[in-house]
Amino acid sequence: MGSPDTDALIEMRGITKRYAGVTALDEVDFVVAPGEAVCLAGENGSGKSTLIKVLSGVEQPTEGTIRIGGERMTGLTPRRAAAAGVLVIFQDFSLFPNLTVAENIAFVSELAEHRQFFNRRAARETARRVLERIGVDIPLDARVEHLPVAHKQLVAICRALACEARLIIMDEPTTALTEREVRRLLGIIRLLKDEGVAVVFVSHKLAEVLEVSEKVVVLRNGRKVAEGPAEDFDAASLTRHMTGRDVARASPGAFGGTAETLLKVEALNKPGSFSNVSFEMRRGEVLGITGLLGSGRTSLAKALFGLVAPDSGRITLDGQNVPLGDPVAAARARIGYVPEDRLTEGLFLTQSILRNVAVGRLDSHERRGFLDMKALIGEAGDWLTRLKVKTPSLSAPVTSLSGGNQQRVALARWLARAPKMLILNGPSVGVDVGSKAEIHDIIRDLGAQGLGVIVISDDLPELLATCHRILVMRGGEMVEEIEGGSITETELAHKMAS
Amino acid sequence: MSGPRIEPKLVESPEFRLAIITVLVFVLMAALSPERFLSPQNLTSMAFQFPEFAILALAVTITMMTGGIDLSVVGVANLSAVVAATILTAFAGAGVVGAAAVMWLGIAVVAAMGVGAVAGFLNGILVSRFGLPPILATLGSGLVFTGLAVAMTGGSAVMGFPAVVAVIGNATLFYVPVPLILFALLAFGLHVLLTRTGFGLRVTMYGANPLAALFAAIDVDRVLLKVYVIAGMFSSVAGLVIMSRANSAKADYGSSYLLLAVLIAVLGGVNPYGGYGRVVGVVLAVLSMQFLSSGLNMLQVSNFARELIWGGLLLLVMVINVTNWAGLRARRAPAKSG
Repeated sequence: MGSPDTDALIEMRGITKRYAGVTALDEVDFVVAPGEAVCLAGENGSGKSTLIKVLSGVEQPTEGTIRIGGERMTGLTPRRAAAAGVLVIFQDFSLFPNLTVAENIAFVSELAEHRQFFNRRAARETARRVLERIGVDIPLDARVEHLPVAHKQLVAICRALACEARLIIMDEPTTALTEREVRRLLGIIRLLKDEGVAVVFVSHKLAEVLEVSEKVVVLRNGRKVAEGPAEDFDAASLTRHMTGRDVARASPGAFGGTAETLLKVEALNKPGSFSNVSFEMRRGEVLGITGLLGSGRTSLAKALFGLVAPDSGRITLDGQNVPLGDPVAAARARIGYVPEDRLTEGLFLTQSILRNVAVGRLDSHERRGFLDMKALIGEAGDWLTRLKVKTPSLSAPVTSLSGGNQQRVALARWLARAPKMLILNGPSVGVDVGSKAEIHDIIRDLGAQGLGVIVISDDLPELLATCHRILVMRGGEMVEEIEGGSITETELAHKMAS
Repeated sequence: MSGPRIEPKLVESPEFRLAIITVLVFVLMAALSPERFLSPQNLTSMAFQFPEFAILALAVTITMMTGGIDLSVVGVANLSAVVAATILTAFAGAGVVGAAAVMWLGIAVVAAMGVGAVAGFLNGILVSRFGLPPILATLGSGLVFTGLAVAMTGGSAVMGFPAVVAVIGNATLFYVPVPLILFALLAFGLHVLLTRTGFGLRVTMYGANPLAALFAAIDVDRVLLKVYVIAGMFSSVAGLVIMSRANSAKADYGSSYLLLAVLIAVLGGVNPYGGYGRVVGVVLAVLSMQFLSSGLNMLQVSNFARELIWGGLLLLVMVINVTNWAGLRARRAPAKSG
C-alpha cells in the first residue's frame, strides 16, 4: 500500500512507545528482509528490548505501524505474532525444564494447531526433523534441565523452527556461550539464512555476531542513531554509537595504596555453584568479579552477603568472622549488597522513595520501641540529595523514577548504613548512558573514601573503567586475576569465554 | 513540592472513599427505618455487637499486611475461650464472688492470651520456617484448634462462671460498652504499632516485596513469627469477649465471623497481596458492616441470605479495588514523573 519496502518481512515505521511520561522509543523505523540477519545494538535502557516487545506483540506501540509480510498488524498479540512467524528466544529461553527435548520442541507448534491431545509419536517426529534440519544431535528424550546452556539454546531455536518461524529474534544470544559454542551457533544461523529465515540479534555486545550479519541498527536513548551494512561497523564504532562517547573511561590502574586487608575469603565452597574460592581485598579497593552467565559470579556475590549458604569456607571482614548464610548477620557486619534485579530483589516498588531508603535504618532510629520519624526521614532525604536523585517528590512511589535514579535509591539504602564493604551486582543494568557514567563515578568515589567495593558484572567496559583488579570466574572457579589497566576489552572477553 | 512524608495523604487514599461509604450506609439505614435504627437501644446494641468480630478483623489485618492471612482466628478465639471457661468453671464456679472471682478471671484471661500466643506462634512457624502458604497453614491449624476445643468440651458449651466475667462483654464504663473500649485500645495499639515502630514498617515492606525484604537484610522469619503471634493474641481477646457475652464457651461459636473478619479487612482497604493497610480503614469498614448488618436485621433478612450478601460483597469490593488501583496509577503516574 504505497510503502517503499513491499518485499520486507518486517516493516516497522515511526514506532513510538511512552510509559508514564518516559519515552522508551521515539519514531524508530526498523526493517528486516527475508533471510537477513540484523544486529539490533544498544546499551541497557536504549529501547532495544521495548522495540522487540512491540514487534512480538507483548507491548502496544503508542504510535507507529507494524507490517509483517506486507500485512498491516494492529492490536498485535504474542500469539498473533507467532502465527505470523515472528518468534522470540529470550535470554532464559523460556523452556520447560521438566519436559524432554522432543516435548519442548513440539509443544508450541502442537498448541498452535489446536490439538486437544498430545501425540508423543508426532512430537518426536517433529523434533527429529527440526534437529536434523540444523544438523544438531541432541537426545530427544533427555530432560531439558539436564542439558548444558548451549544445548538449551539450540532446543529453543528448534522450537521456533517447529513453529515455522520466518523471523527469529535472539535476545543476548552469546552471554552464556563459550567461544566454540558461539562458532557453532553462527554456523546454524548461516544455515537458517540460506533457507530464508531472518534473524535479529539483540545485544549490547555484538562484535561476535557481526560476521554473519548484513545490517546493523543502533539505538540510543530510544532513538535510532545509526543504521548501515555490517561491514561498516567494528567493535569500536559500535561502542561509539551505543554510548555516544569516543573512548571508554581510563582505568583507575592497579591498586596503589598500602591499606590493610579488609576482606578475606578462604576456600568458599558450594557444590554446583562455585568451588574453592579464595581472595582478599584491601580497604579502598574496587574489585571486579566477572565471568559468563552461569560461571558462579552471582552465587558467589550472594554467598558473600549470606543469601546463599556455602558448605564450607570462611569469610573474614576486618579480622572478624562473618557467619555464613545469614544476610542479617552480614548486614550487621556492615556488608551491603545491591542486587542485580532491582525490580524484584532491590526495591519495594509500591512504596515511597523515602521508605525504600529508610528501611535499612529502622534499627538505628528506634527509641524505646518507637521510630524517630523526623530523624529517619531526614536522613533518608539527605542521602537521596547527596546521590542526586532527581524527583519532584520523595514520597512518590519508587516506580516513578528512571532506572538510573532507582539504582541510586538502592545505593542510598546501603550507604546510609555506613558499610565497610559494598557488593554491587550489575550496578548499571537497565540504566541509561548518562547515569551509567555517573554511577561509575560514584563507585570510584566510594573506593576513594575507603570502602571496599566489589563490582560483579559482565559489562567489560564497566569493569575496566572502575576496577583496580578483576577476578575472572569460569565453571565456578576463580581462573584468572588481572591488575587494572593491564588488559584490553577484547583480551578480557577472550579470558571469560575461552 | 510537598514536604517529605512517609505516609500517603489521607484524602487520596481508599480510606477517604470508605468514610463516605460508611456515612452513606448510616444515612440509608436511618432513612429506611428512622425510629428503629436511630433508637438508643439499637445504637447501644450495635456498640456491644461489633467489637468481637472487629477484633478478629484486626487480627486478619496484620497478617494480610504481610500478604498472608489468618483463617484460624475463630478457631483460636474458641480454643482460648474454652480454656478460660474451663479454668473458671473448674476452679471458681458460679458462686464465687469478690477478690477470688477477680483473681480467677485474671488467671483465665492470662491463660487464654497464652493459648492465643502459642497458637499464633505455631502458625508463624508453619508460615516462616516451613514456608507453607499462609492460607493453607492457617486453614489446617484452625481445624486443629477447633478440634482441640471439641476434645476438651466434648462439643458442648462450658458454662457456670462467676458473675464478674460478664464485665468484659456486657458492662459499660462511663456509658461506653467495655468491649468497645477493648476494641478501641487494640485498634489504636495496632495503628501505632504499624505506623510508628520499626516492626510495623518492616511488616509493610515485607508485604510489599518479600524478596526485597530478604535482600534488605530484614529478619523476615522473625517478622512473620511476631505477626502471627499478635494475630493469635488478638483472636484470644475476641474469644474472651464472645465468652463473656454468651456467658459460656463452645468450640463452634461465631463460625460466620471468619468470612466477616476477612471481608472487613479487605473492605477496609488492606491489600490482600500485602504492603498496604491502615487501621482507620478497618475501623470504618467495621462500622459500615455493622450498620448494614443491623439494617438487614430490621428488614428481616434471613441469616442465610446474609452470608450470601457478605460473600458477594467481598468479591465485589476486591474487584472494585483492583480496577481502581490500576486506573489510579495510570492517571497519576504521568503527573509524577513529568
